[in-house]
Amino acid sequence: MTDLTKLTLAEARDGLAKGDFTSLELTEQYLTVMENGREMNSYIVETTDTALEMAGKADGMIRDGRATGMTGIPIAVKDLFCTKDIHSCASSHILDGFKPKYESTVTANLWQDGAVMLGKTNMDEFAMGSSNETSYYGPVKNPWRATKEDGRLDEGDYVPGGSSGGSAAAVAGDLALAATGSDTGGSIRQPAAFTGLVGMKPTYGRCSRWGMIAFASSLDQAGPITKTVRDAAIMMESMASYDGKDSTSVDRNVPNYEHALTGDIRGMKIGIPKEYRMDGMPKEIEKLWQRGIDWMKAAGAEIIDISLPHTKYALPTYYIVAPAEASSNLARYDGVKYGLRVEGDGLSGMYKNTRAAGFGAEVKRRILIGTYVLSAGYYDAYYLKAQKIRTLIAQDFSKAYEKVDVILTPTAPSPAFAMGGKSDDPIAMYLNDVFTVPASLAGLPAISIPAGLSSDKLPLGLQLIGRAFDEETMLRAAHVLEHAAGFAAKPKIWWGEK
Amino acid sequence: MSVDKKTVAKIADLARIAVTEDELDPLAAELNNILDWIAQLSEVNTDGVAPMTRVVEVALPWRADKVTDGGYRDEILANAPSAEHGFFTVPKVIE
Repeated sequence: MTDLTKLTLAEARDGLAKGDFTSLELTEQYLTVMENGREMNSYIVETTDTALEMAGKADGMIRDGRATGMTGIPIAVKDLFCTKDIHSCASSHILDGFKPKYESTVTANLWQDGAVMLGKTNMDEFAMGSSNETSYYGPVKNPWRATKEDGRLDEGDYVPGGSSGGSAAAVAGDLALAATGSDTGGSIRQPAAFTGLVGMKPTYGRCSRWGMIAFASSLDQAGPITKTVRDAAIMMESMASYDGKDSTSVDRNVPNYEHALTGDIRGMKIGIPKEYRMDGMPKEIEKLWQRGIDWMKAAGAEIIDISLPHTKYALPTYYIVAPAEASSNLARYDGVKYGLRVEGDGLSGMYKNTRAAGFGAEVKRRILIGTYVLSAGYYDAYYLKAQKIRTLIAQDFSKAYEKVDVILTPTAPSPAFAMGGKSDDPIAMYLNDVFTVPASLAGLPAISIPAGLSSDKLPLGLQLIGRAFDEETMLRAAHVLEHAAGFAAKPKIWWGEK
Repeated sequence: MSVDKKTVAKIADLARIAVTEDELDPLAAELNNILDWIAQLSEVNTDGVAPMTRVVEVALPWRADKVTDGGYRDEILANAPSAEHGFFTVPKVIE
């Protein structure tokens, strides 16, 4: 049988529909390559039996003419999504052994449409990180490694980005056809950029957050990590829904996103924010950005210079708002309801010992920062100030969208870096998200598209930011950008039996 | 604004995270590093700016005040580290 793991989601969907192969055949091939790719550490749990059972059901749906775009498609699920009776721990020690008795709305939507779960993917603990090095289950290795000057592949490991690093590595290494991710400040887009994939965060409210393990509730959004823009459009449609169980999910019709991919962006107005041209930006990122501008212009779009004056304050604002919300959300881990319990002196001692043992260093750091900025006497100076600046950041975007339809920027300020390279400098790590955080704070949809290779042959991404609830225009532009870039590189396989 | 050892101990207590004496100094340094970086926000004029209270412009949905869910005590207790007689159990708090 041919190698089905190299197909895109759209190709697999079409092949399944034509009867070229079954979901069971497709799923079995993935289960084999997953075993071969274990040293990447992208999966925490392989749900082999569930996958086979779901594939069988999907084949039935296809036979009965009930197939959707996702039917029979084997996908990986970030460990942040609660999956009924299956390990769901957000890669934290404190949720040890947690098997929820319910299913997140996003995954329930996917299963309803006939998607097949291959397993749960590794991530930064509670989605706090940009390199997937803070997981209790160990770091994920990027399938991509730098090529050295003599043309040989670096023997050291590279980070896949984070926090959806396991999802990105699994798809980039062809260990899943697509994967769910979640994005709080860039956790879908930055790993997609680091692994040569498409990563999309929809408008805040498009996807239900119900059953997603919470990090920062005013920022968290689910989205797909896929090989192509078309794949992202197909998967996004399945994931998005209004849900009465999440009061911030929005009751709006979910369009057929694939129909938006017309290939025609003539007359579209594309904004280039001058504030994203930051001091010390690597030359190759700047060149890539310029190439993106040229591609869009060549496709008939109108390029318009815009200003988003509060851009430089987005990251420090985020590092008040997100830890504040996290400190509140993570108060639920107390050794009583689920997960780890470490006994101590009385109830309070038990709480403190459980949380000391259960949370990793980065999570503790953020809880402490969050607790501090919300504590009496500091709330106005930090949290309230940050929420006011957040208003200004959102206003910057609103003004820009009076003149433009989408905004084009780089996704990350660098390609993937060597493992361990930034782990002892939190602020250097935070700077990874400098281009992705502003859209998160404003709740806007954004997508990263693979657009080129760095000097040492690592993938680089460009980001498009759209208007709220106008994912379609953003996807249309992304589809054109993707085709102009023609990114076709694949990582050289260093794992398994090759 | 910078935090000292004593403040770190107080925050850790509020956050219910046990911290040993020798962790306090390094934590204070880490937190100050981040707080110093965040301090640049003070240069932004926010006079008359309303703090963001919702991310996208939508009204919160209303629903009828009816019980729509519940009745599965055992499922809720299924993941508890310790449960007895249909309750979560915790260390004794009343002498």
